[in-house]
Amino acid sequence: MELKTLCELNGASGNEGAVRKAILEAARPLCDHVRIDRMGNVIAYKKGRTGNRRLMFSAHMDEVGFIILDATDDGLLQFRSVGGIDPRVIVSKYVLVGEKQVKGVIGALAIHLQSAEDRKRVLGYDSLYIDIGAKTKDEALADCPPGSYVYFDSSYQPFGDGCVVSKALDDRVGCYNLLRLLENSYDADVTCAFVTQEEVGLRGAHGAAFDAGADAVIVLEGTTAGDMGDVEKVRRVCEPGKGVTVSFMDNASIANRELYRELLALAEEKGIAAQVKRASTGGNDAGAYQRTQQGVRTCVLSVPCRYIHGPSSVVKLSDVEAQYQLARAFAEQA
Amino acid sequence: MMLDTLKTLLAVWGPTGQEGQVAQELQQMLADKADAMRVDVMGNLIVEKKGQPGGKTLMFSAHMDHIGLVVTDIEDTGYLRVTNVGGVSVDSMRCRHVAFGNGVQGVAVCQPTKGETAGMQHLFVDIGAQDRAEALTMVQLGDVCVFAPDCFPVGPHRFASPAMDDRCACALLAELLLQTDAPRNTVVGVFSVQEEVGLRGAATAAYQVAPDIGVAIDVTAWGDTPEVKLPAVKLGAGAAIKFMDRSMIATPCVRDALMAAAEKAGVPYQREILPFGGTDGGAIQHSRGGVPTGTLSIPCRYVHSACETIDMRDMESGLAILKEFVNGEY
Repeated sequence: MELKTLCELNGASGNEGAVRKAILEAARPLCDHVRIDRMGNVIAYKKGRTGNRRLMFSAHMDEVGFIILDATDDGLLQFRSVGGIDPRVIVSKYVLVGEKQVKGVIGALAIHLQSAEDRKRVLGYDSLYIDIGAKTKDEALADCPPGSYVYFDSSYQPFGDGCVVSKALDDRVGCYNLLRLLENSYDADVTCAFVTQEEVGLRGAHGAAFDAGADAVIVLEGTTAGDMGDVEKVRRVCEPGKGVTVSFMDNASIANRELYRELLALAEEKGIAAQVKRASTGGNDAGAYQRTQQGVRTCVLSVPCRYIHGPSSVVKLSDVEAQYQLARAFAEQA
Repeated sequence: MMLDTLKTLLAVWGPTGQEGQVAQELQQMLADKADAMRVDVMGNLIVEKKGQPGGKTLMFSAHMDHIGLVVTDIEDTGYLRVTNVGGVSVDSMRCRHVAFGNGVQGVAVCQPTKGETAGMQHLFVDIGAQDRAEALTMVQLGDVCVFAPDCFPVGPHRFASPAMDDRCACALLAELLLQTDAPRNTVVGVFSVQEEVGLRGAATAAYQVAPDIGVAIDVTAWGDTPEVKLPAVKLGAGAAIKFMDRSMIATPCVRDALMAAAEKAGVPYQREILPFGGTDGGAIQHSRGGVPTGTLSIPCRYVHSACETIDMRDMESGLAILKEFVNGEY
């Protein structure tokens, strides 16, 4: 399945149905057994030639988005984010609201009407609204009732030297590579878990982890690139174009040290571009996998992503390829 | 013997996430006295001493890890940029002697902050490298340093060390396992990993052990130095039995059994109500369907600094309480 197709599907945390359906269809012919668990995770299992190891790879299906709370009497929709979205990046963005994909725009008071004080502060969710052209509360809520999910209306566009800009790259890049991993055969038993609700606290992975029974879990993610503006060289975390990142720790887990070293050495041996993620910020599903039941060895491989958690995040396709190559090389090891 | 055990453990390098050397030291120490011993996938060392028929399974947890700094990047000038592993305060890191696992040593320094609140971004470690290339021959990104191992006496009863949290509890648990023969209850000693980043090792250990009762052993804060009043715990007044902290409200029957054990042993103890912090007890209590759990604490001044100070009389009190506790009828 194309990365473009995956990114353009809408699936915020708790509303991953469309992504799940597409992944299920794509995964079914590639694996021996696929199921949907009670958290909505897609668990695809591929029996190995010898079954000498049991490996699990995981990526999350959900993206950050918004949810409708209510409407004002004059027909403006009130909303909050699902997952972490910086309100500074959302003003004036096109959005699609609810099951009927109603077109809207995120509005704020025009600059002419703002006081000098207003202009200095960041507009929070209380000061922002979604305008769908409705005139009354009833009209606004008719097609966009409370609980409706809202998505950035932005398309996937290749640009520059092998880059793409899109919403949802975090973590459809991981889903894309999981599907590619299922195309090969291995000695090891391989499970690919496409999980839900990562962006609101690693919730789907808890379910997937519970009966994983794996020797190691490798999480495929997108992570924060800070290679911009006047950010000092030592604060950039990771840089697009320099390969897949390998994490020694983040807020949710400390990588199994042997696994971390093994993955870096493997990248070097195979000539796969890789970089150490140079910060401990953020957290991902590895935290849930590592500590469920008796525990399991984990490590995280990420694609550097600029402007992550926004409508226009950017990755370099060579890094997406490097993530796949390193995960594949790990799966193919004896 | 307690002091020797403590000094041995304080000398071992073992930050959060890389506790292997501490586990090895303990394995050697306990090999002859344990009925079973293993290291799990997270790195927890799990040591078992079988009890009498009809006894319960008691899990004791003392964490092997201590806080440190991880190398996130290296300046062209050879200085290491770092961030915290566990609860490290910038104040405790100003011009401090630090050590890496491969023997490389350095000085942690806080640069001028130009009016900003000092944070991890202001810290660097000077390992004497002339430039980035030379630094990379000494350490790698992701390597962790800790306060250089140290232990010195303070007055007649006290010792200070950067690893007192929680190696003093490891020493206490090791002595409990060494000095207990044929206990009524099965004693499972867990020397846990990654406590300082969120009780991570104890969670998976408790799942495996599936104990009837859990007891964490850890240091607690102090309230007996100038301008510090809480918790109402003093050094030298006996081990503290925890009522609550941010991670757990002690299960009343376990808390009371610990106090009863202290009374029976005839040793002093203190009641501890800690308005902050947490211990492995929080993770054990929430394991599986829930585990009745308490915590025995060693009062410790200047926790998370290079000079964490305890009183050996509190260690003796703690050991006496636990030796009594393992023979209780539950």
